[in-house]
Amino acid sequence: MLVSQKFPSRPASLFASASFAFAIFMLLTGCGSREKLEGAVSLDGSSTVFPISEAIAEEYLAVRPNIRITVGVSGTGGGFKKFMAGETDINDASRPIKSSEVAQSIASGYEFIELPVAFDGLSIVVNTDNTWVDSLSVEELHKIWQPGSSVKQWSDVRVEWPQQDIKLYGPGTDSGTFDYFTETINGKSGASRPDYTASEDDNALVRGISGDVNAMGYFGFAYYAANKDNLKLVPVDGGSGAVAPSPETINNGSYSPLSRPIFIYVRKDALEKIAVMDFVKFYLANAGALSSEVGYIPLPEKVYARALQRVEQRTAGTAYGEDNEARADDLLSDD
Amino acid sequence: MPNSENTNLKKTGLYKDNIQTRRRIAALFQYFCALVTWTGVFLLALLLYQVSVDGIQWLDMQFLSSFPSRFPYKAGIKSALVGTFWLITLIAIISIPVGVATALYLHEFSRKGRIHKLIQLNISNLAGVPSIVYGIIGLTIFVRGLALERSLISGALTMSLLILPVIIIASREAIQAVPMSTRHAAFALGATRWQTAWAHVLPTAFPGILTGVILALSRAIGETAPLIMIGALTYVAFLPEGPMDSFTALPIQIFNWVSRPQEEFHELAAGAIIVLLAVLLIMNATAIYIRHKTEQKLK
Repeated sequence: MLVSQKFPSRPASLFASASFAFAIFMLLTGCGSREKLEGAVSLDGSSTVFPISEAIAEEYLAVRPNIRITVGVSGTGGGFKKFMAGETDINDASRPIKSSEVAQSIASGYEFIELPVAFDGLSIVVNTDNTWVDSLSVEELHKIWQPGSSVKQWSDVRVEWPQQDIKLYGPGTDSGTFDYFTETINGKSGASRPDYTASEDDNALVRGISGDVNAMGYFGFAYYAANKDNLKLVPVDGGSGAVAPSPETINNGSYSPLSRPIFIYVRKDALEKIAVMDFVKFYLANAGALSSEVGYIPLPEKVYARALQRVEQRTAGTAYGEDNEARADDLLSDD
Repeated sequence: MPNSENTNLKKTGLYKDNIQTRRRIAALFQYFCALVTWTGVFLLALLLYQVSVDGIQWLDMQFLSSFPSRFPYKAGIKSALVGTFWLITLIAIISIPVGVATALYLHEFSRKGRIHKLIQLNISNLAGVPSIVYGIIGLTIFVRGLALERSLISGALTMSLLILPVIIIASREAIQAVPMSTRHAAFALGATRWQTAWAHVLPTAFPGILTGVILALSRAIGETAPLIMIGALTYVAFLPEGPMDSFTALPIQIFNWVSRPQEEFHELAAGAIIVLLAVLLIMNATAIYIRHKTEQKLK
């Protein structure tokens, strides 16, 4: 497995012509290359977790160049479908597994091991020309975003704020970010007022909010960090004073409740493959350093240590029950 | 008398002597058409300009010969570009024979009954089905049903389904345009249907068929939705060695980079778009050249 063997790199033009003949040969002989799947690790799932998995895969290939790692992006839910069908070894998830997905895993017989890999701080942002908003409480967020909300103008949130229409931006309903935000702020995953500008493309949200003085929206911290100059961050008061998300406040849990852990789920039987086992260990050892490089916030060391323990003892199942609520606090507490 | 006829016509209301207004309408229509055309050209030029400004700085050998990376300056499109070449090659191998044979059968051999009409109608309908639907079919039949997994061959078969209607319709039009007299002459000399089709109809229709094929392949090369649906991968740091290997392709890499938060990745996406456009341009240019050659030979 450790035999160093570089993949042949041929010039693309030569390759294209050669591939014609080769393709016909392969079709005729009907021979696949499935036996090569030993020494292969396949990941799929959330686009939020993708940058971390990509970074880990890139570093891993530097030390194990002969293992084939592939990372797909099908969304957390779409990834779980493939995962439960046995098509992938690892699923990237920006939320904990849902009870319906757990039921699927029981039906298909594939057990999974749940491993948190980093924090993301859902960030509330407004336009840089917005002079009035200095913080928002969880109650105020709930008032704005709850289904059937009566908030139309900024003055409906606080009377001293201007009587201007509030323009809301947020991720679409397929997103794990949407699930987490609605769960935390409105108490039920998927419960949100529908009359806001929704986009699956977070960059579209960034552009919308930075171009409209009355706009407000939410997305992952990485998108704020990459657009710091065009957006104003809103500190959130979860009951013990307003705190703005930052690598420190997300890491130590003081930015609450909008800090969320993001996960990878490993199929228990896939760990029998040496490549998968090796890769997962590498993932947990390097997730801290690499997640901050791509805009996320590392977990405390003890959480990675605990995750490694789960891998070594093959502890299957999820730590999140029916309510499906993953708080940063859960991971930080000593259980 | 012409004059009295004129007044009579006017009385009936069928003739109005408003040549000025009609000329004005004609001029207006001409301006309108020109405006629409130039708006399109302008928007396209703007798009190309924007993409070039963003992406040209990243275009170098390193960009073409590196695998994707989290560092923009190290990232490249090697696996995506090679994946796209593989995909196009396989799609061509699968879809051209099937598409042309279908068109040939429908026009030259089959009896023109009710079933024939029904098939024609359905092929036209299929050409308008959204590409994501083909992705779902591909996922169900090829990836899961035939257990081909998320391989190049699954992607190529799915894409072939997507472009087959286009190839069939274009080939049929080209075959239809071959003069009946050509066939009659061949039959009169005792040629069989097969000999007529193979030696006379197909060569004459070839330039038209080629145009259709290239248009269809160009569509396939830029499609993203079906590939995402069947689960083509985003991060692949090896080159496929056979049709059963997993792969990524240029549109997927572009899609991924565009959705990243960092500006540099958006510029990388622009760079990849330039490469994709270049590949398309080369394909089209080759087709035009071949068509030109064969048309000359036919004359």
